[in-house]
Amino acid sequence: MQFMLLFSRQGKLRLQKWYVPLSDKEKKKITRELVQTVLARKPKMCSFLEWRDLKIVYKRYASLYFCCAIEDQDNELITLEIIHRYVELLDKYFGSVCELDIIFNFEKAYFILDEFLLGGEAQETSKKNVLKAIEQADLLQEVRHGTNPIH
Amino acid sequence: MPAVSKGDGMRGLAVFISDIRNCKSKEAEIKRINKELANIRSKFKGDKALDGYSKKKYVCKLLFIFLLGHDIDFGHMEAVNLLSSNKYTEKQIGYLFISVLVNSNSDLIRLINNAIKNDLASRNPTFMNLALHCIANVGSREMAEAFASEIPRILVAGDTMDSVKQSAALCLLRLYRSSPELVPLGEWTARVVHLLNDQHLGVVTAATSLITTLAQKNPDDFKTSISLAVARLSRIVTSASIDLQDYTYYFVAAPWLSVKLLRLLQCYPPPEDAALRGRLTECLETILNKAQEPPKSKKVQHSNAKNAVLFEAISLIIHHDSEPTLLVRACNQLGQFLQHRETNLRYLALESMCTLASSEFSHEAVKTHMETVINALKTERDVSVRQRAVDLLYAMCDRSNAKQIVAEMLRYLETADYSIREEIVLKVAILAEKYAVDYTWYVDTILNLIRIAGDYVSEEVWYRVIQIVINRDDVQGYAAKTVFEALQAPACHENLVKVGGYILGEFGNLIAGDSRSSPLVQFNLLHSKFHLCSVPTRALLLSAYIKFINLFPEVKATIQDVLRSDSQLRNADVELQQRAVEYLRLSCVASTDILATVLEEMPPFPERESSILAKLKKKKGPGNLPDINNARRNVNGSSEHTETNEVTNQGSTPSFTDLLNLNSSPSTGASLLVDAFSDSATPASIDVNEENFPRFVCKNNGVLYENLLLQVGLRSEYRQNLGRIYVFYGNKTSAQFLNFSSSVTSPDTLKTQLNVHNKAVDPIVDGGAQVQQILNIECVSDFTDAPVLNIQFRYGGTLQNIAVKLPVMLNKFFQPTEMTSQDFFQRWKQLGAPQQEVQKIFKAKHPMDKEVTKAKILGFGVALLEGVDPNSENFVGAGIIHTKSTQVGCLLRLEPNTQAQMYRLTLRTSRDTVSQRLCELLSEQF
Repeated sequence: MQFMLLFSRQGKLRLQKWYVPLSDKEKKKITRELVQTVLARKPKMCSFLEWRDLKIVYKRYASLYFCCAIEDQDNELITLEIIHRYVELLDKYFGSVCELDIIFNFEKAYFILDEFLLGGEAQETSKKNVLKAIEQADLLQEVRHGTNPIH
Repeated sequence: MPAVSKGDGMRGLAVFISDIRNCKSKEAEIKRINKELANIRSKFKGDKALDGYSKKKYVCKLLFIFLLGHDIDFGHMEAVNLLSSNKYTEKQIGYLFISVLVNSNSDLIRLINNAIKNDLASRNPTFMNLALHCIANVGSREMAEAFASEIPRILVAGDTMDSVKQSAALCLLRLYRSSPELVPLGEWTARVVHLLNDQHLGVVTAATSLITTLAQKNPDDFKTSISLAVARLSRIVTSASIDLQDYTYYFVAAPWLSVKLLRLLQCYPPPEDAALRGRLTECLETILNKAQEPPKSKKVQHSNAKNAVLFEAISLIIHHDSEPTLLVRACNQLGQFLQHRETNLRYLALESMCTLASSEFSHEAVKTHMETVINALKTERDVSVRQRAVDLLYAMCDRSNAKQIVAEMLRYLETADYSIREEIVLKVAILAEKYAVDYTWYVDTILNLIRIAGDYVSEEVWYRVIQIVINRDDVQGYAAKTVFEALQAPACHENLVKVGGYILGEFGNLIAGDSRSSPLVQFNLLHSKFHLCSVPTRALLLSAYIKFINLFPEVKATIQDVLRSDSQLRNADVELQQRAVEYLRLSCVASTDILATVLEEMPPFPERESSILAKLKKKKGPGNLPDINNARRNVNGSSEHTETNEVTNQGSTPSFTDLLNLNSSPSTGASLLVDAFSDSATPASIDVNEENFPRFVCKNNGVLYENLLLQVGLRSEYRQNLGRIYVFYGNKTSAQFLNFSSSVTSPDTLKTQLNVHNKAVDPIVDGGAQVQQILNIECVSDFTDAPVLNIQFRYGGTLQNIAVKLPVMLNKFFQPTEMTSQDFFQRWKQLGAPQQEVQKIFKAKHPMDKEVTKAKILGFGVALLEGVDPNSENFVGAGIIHTKSTQVGCLLRLEPNTQAQMYRLTLRTSRDTVSQRLCELLSEQF
């Protein structure tokens, strides 16, 4: 996978993860182009499209679009399920996740993604194992909490 | 603000995010952000040292601002400071900031690497993972230099935690992708392969990705992974769905890992070991069988995961391309998907079938689905699906279904989305050419393409139709007639004007007999489009006009008037103005025969791969294009073919310019011109004229014969034992030649040595016109005599009879041979028998110019060997005479004596008759 983008129906970018080195300018250009392309598609259309020399796999969950760019020989359907598993992980962690959770806790969305996907490849596909890793980290956080006053 | 279920929640951050969300306008948002940036900057610069929490909060705010799309140019240092915090949550935010925002600021990279190094050495798995994630996210060269040797150690160390192993594997993968040269294979590689056996499926999942990437570049080093991967796959596909616990996804056992294993196996050909191969085949059959079982869940996730594995298995089957039964089963499975209610599956089935179509085993099976695919083209509502259908039709096309498929694609083109029109045009053009049985169909198809989608017809496409028409004389008349008719449309596409202009300029004479398409009508038709066209098309039309002047003297005055008009002669465009001036001048000063020579019909183009195919490949990338141009591929052979094609293409591109030039190659054109000017008329004779015969010993083109009525020009090409001569008969008078005929005769002995076939010519040669005749020649064995060209025609009531010795000599069938001095003299000695050598000493008839002599020897057909003869004044050459029955090696040596104005010529060949004849021919030249 080369990158993953989460954006809203209004075209606001909520999360971006790049697995290939690109300049900020290129990233912005790609994002703009792709958000436009995907938002223009009608509901019943297929979830895959060719874009430049990449394959785009996307799916909409409520107000959010999840969009992955994969290479020619990569598997579209399994990518679709990578998106779904990620949504499940967010859902489980936040307790029926909504766009606002991702806005206000964007750092958590990134941490969860890093546990699940690394370097653009599935690292751990077991939901339990991913959530266990995140919960352990949260636990370390709670410990710190007790000793420091909240701002 | 939503309830945050977990974690600490930095309240300041939440407030800031709320503020941003409440901004009513973009300006307000920017104002709020600038205020915050100023605040953070002052905190960072302030005298008071910030505690870890505040630092974390501000860094996090900066990150948020960056992710909103604003530039951030400070805070990096504070983020790096967070890395060395011993509080996990601060470290974590520091790493996130670095991962998202790092730039190659070298000072910072050193500090970051230092922090990472500490965390990697901490033996705290959580910290180690944070550090590894950071390396994997940044993946920069500096990081590869610092950690490429450390990470493999962590990966294979016995005491490393599973979760760290997973991160280490993918971290290494990322570094290998960005800087492979910094990740040397070593003792660790064998141990990495054995991670495929690991008990922890998460570790196997991560390791498989790493191994696949490494195996793609170093297949030999990872061969042992094949058997391990098959074993693992076999265990997964035969497991009950609950066996793998949390790695089962919607009743599908470890779909991600299965896909990755199948992908890894695609780095290799089918296993050689029969047992292993059998086991793999079983796995693939099981996967295909499962596709027929009723679904265990109605959820789309279940069917997606199951089909993801299925499609990957089919990819492997296609990659192996060795098991016909599996290929046909795969094809049938995909056939079912073609009519599935899920758009995604229809899309993927079309895509996957495209590759199946290029296998010789399944090509026929794919073809059975043609009607369904054509239907998809008509009914699919999603353009991306329709595009796949077009691709598949293209891939399954062969001679048996070409007409139907091309017709369907043309029909679809009328309503196709603009985004895919150009590609369809290219595909139709390629199929029409590749599978054309009769070329009238081809011409019709291309003209239809221009009519339906002229804007999308690229230069390559219309260049190609012209190349083909020029190379096939059987279609030229039809092409002229068809473009003439197409040009009648009041609004026709500029590309049609280009093709029409070019073809009528070359072959308008073929339809000029019909009064409805008389020369003047043709010209007026073309010229009516002139003013609507762009500059390059106008330039092309001007060339067509000058060709008309040559073809049809009766419209000369009309065309000259057009050329003479201010809008041409004073055109603001330099190219147009130059053409108008030059063509006008040419038409005024040159005699008809010079015009005929300069403006003669274009010679055939060298056969080469279609330039359109090259274009399509460029558009699609070689990987995406089913390789229809080659024989159906064998095991894993497709990439090789594509490469050879690409090489051919590069060679052929420069010759595109040929099309817009009047002369095919400047050198022959120039020499023809010189001949045309220098030759004076010679009296007609019924005897066989051989006056110009010796002129053709060392060259192939020129005027063979000329009298007051007729000029005969030649252009010849030879290749091995075959030759082709284009004979041009130019009528120098203004009246018609009637009953015109020309044929070639040979003395009896020559008939067995040399075959000459001539095509008939038009019996009427109009005044000022030129007709062409093609002679095909085959050299059967060596020969001495020459055939005779007999020309007959009626002019002004009297029969003219002309016989000319046709300059076909033995040396025309030379192939030059380069050899070293040593080789030359060795052979020279071998050919030392008295009858093999022929020598002649003769007086120079022309000035003894070294360069001229060189040119003559080269023109004779041998390779001129420099530095072979110890005396640098001497000339040495070598070549092989190709005849159908045998090949004769020839060596020659020419020794000039400038003082005496004499030459000594020595020929040595393995046949006395050959030596004799070559010596005769060449000695007359100096």
